[in-house]
Amino acid sequence: MLAFIIRRLAQSLFVMFFVAMVAFLMFNYVGDPVHQMVGIDTSFEEREALREHLGLNDPALVQFMRFIGHAMQGEFGLSYQHKRPVADLFRERLPATLELSFVAALLALVVGVPMGVYTGLNRNGFISKLFMTFSLIGISLPTFLIGILLIFIFAVILGWLPSFGRGEVVTVGVWTTGLLTQSGLKALIMPSVTLGLFQLTLIMRLVRSEMLEVLRTDYIKFARARGLSNRAVNFGHALKNTLVPVITITGLQIGSIIAFAIITETVFQWPGMGLMFLQAIHNVDIPIMSAYLLLVAFFFVVINLIVDMLYYVVDPRLRIDLGKANGH
Amino acid sequence: MLKVENLTIRFDTRYGPLTAVDDVTFEVRPGEVFGLVGESGAGKSLTGQSIIGLLDPPGYIAGGQITLEGTRIDNLAYNHLRALRGRKIGMIFQDPLTSLNPLYTIGKQLTETILTHSSMTNAEAQKQAIALLTDVGIPGAGERINCYPHQFSGGMRQRVVIALALCVNPQLVIADEPTTALDVSIQAQILSLLKRMCREHGAAVILITHDMGVIAQVAQRVAVMYSGRLVEIGDVRQVVKHPQHPYARGLMGSIPSLHHQVDQLTQIDGTMPRLTDIPSGCAFHPRCPDCFDLCKDKRPPLKKIADSHIACWLYANEAHHAG
Repeated sequence: MLAFIIRRLAQSLFVMFFVAMVAFLMFNYVGDPVHQMVGIDTSFEEREALREHLGLNDPALVQFMRFIGHAMQGEFGLSYQHKRPVADLFRERLPATLELSFVAALLALVVGVPMGVYTGLNRNGFISKLFMTFSLIGISLPTFLIGILLIFIFAVILGWLPSFGRGEVVTVGVWTTGLLTQSGLKALIMPSVTLGLFQLTLIMRLVRSEMLEVLRTDYIKFARARGLSNRAVNFGHALKNTLVPVITITGLQIGSIIAFAIITETVFQWPGMGLMFLQAIHNVDIPIMSAYLLLVAFFFVVINLIVDMLYYVVDPRLRIDLGKANGH
Repeated sequence: MLKVENLTIRFDTRYGPLTAVDDVTFEVRPGEVFGLVGESGAGKSLTGQSIIGLLDPPGYIAGGQITLEGTRIDNLAYNHLRALRGRKIGMIFQDPLTSLNPLYTIGKQLTETILTHSSMTNAEAQKQAIALLTDVGIPGAGERINCYPHQFSGGMRQRVVIALALCVNPQLVIADEPTTALDVSIQAQILSLLKRMCREHGAAVILITHDMGVIAQVAQRVAVMYSGRLVEIGDVRQVVKHPQHPYARGLMGSIPSLHHQVDQLTQIDGTMPRLTDIPSGCAFHPRCPDCFDLCKDKRPPLKKIADSHIACWLYANEAHHAG
């Protein structure tokens, strides 16, 4: 197990190194950073002085090492557009995005898994067919359209929910949360539904097809032949066997939820990283872009690591080395 | 003890209903090993599954009845059926590699089954599980109980499956090809284990197989199925040594013998008919060497001849002449 974790950590570091390289290249070679910073009337000498001061004349390798060193300390330089450290900007906005993503992922799991189990067990029932039809909507409608439709219905026509923003937030230490106020929770409903709907339907369809597969296996038949209750067979024996693929997909999807919160955040003017990233693209604010790139890669790497460790927890066949080590 | 009377199993398909098991009647006596033989597709597995109520849809029991100790069990409500499974009727499947849930230890699967059917405490169930595993010949059962199925070999897993099928002392065990997936060298061990365990637990066995050698080795009585119908039932010695029905004769003739030098094994020409076009009259008539006109028109009834029951016009007429 330990060897496995160390091996995976090494791989993760490699991935992060590679992403950092891309971020660095983007930082330095997409346009001229000095050009971005100075005004139109800055003289050539002043530009060269600035270039020297920023270390832009050093060899690329030295600059890259410096970039990595700073990145590891959470330093990504100043935002061109906000004139503030990028790290601070992210620190302010990260909670909003993570909260939204977390609630959306939770929604997708808590609703999607039971729906998948239900439709797998009663594949020809009326409700199952209803769920399946509904899931087609979730799969095929683009996120922004769902968001706009929701705003139109619940904010414009019915006036029940706010159409934008995060509501009131409470600061707990370095973290700002909207989960503790009523307006914060209300503001969270539509964005999280919008963001989670696709994953919800995806998970539901995945669980359903895995359930159908597992229910046909011999060990399920044998469990029934031993007189185990339906509950024990369906949830104890069948559902657990569907978990490995479900964990894989869910893990990847949580990564995507964080990364693709961009669209939802834009639609709902949610003050998170995604919205900031989109604004950064408009203004060619490269420090923000490269920091965002690194951060999202970091989330993906961490989630994948967790997913790989969950496999070990769920499936004893993957623990074979460990079992042998303990057996003697 | 177990009576299967006029059992008929159908599948509704686009092309109309297919009869996969047709008017099958037999009886299993307490404690005996009853063999059910036939080619693949003869309906022997379906017969076994219908007894324990695990017929896969779209298959269904279209007629007849199954009784266990005088109680009908083919039309039970789910809860009664569930109480019966494992408790009164156990089942062993063909492939030990896929019969056990890969994510649970064998101990967990054993105690779960024991606890479902009894009011034991966890510790008692655990103890019984270890005793059972020792009984089926798993060395170091106390430690091995915490192992997962993938840590056992095929033969060992089938031993675990036997322990699982017998863990609440059912009166009847349906063993569906229990040794087909195993190595020949392991087959004999598993068969004798099955026989011994069932004797010790007082369970009768329905042994479903296509292997007459297996039947000859362990069964007391045997039923031969062809195309969903019974063609011959009788004492195993009678059926193996002196098969009467031409199909049973063909089956026996196809087994190589160690005791007699045979130049050529008998071969039954042709293949078993598909369910969609079962021939008229006796289903075996197109392949039968002794076929005559009556066979093509009318289905022969199962008639008692000496100690056996045989469905063949050859013998019905003989019995008629004799009587």
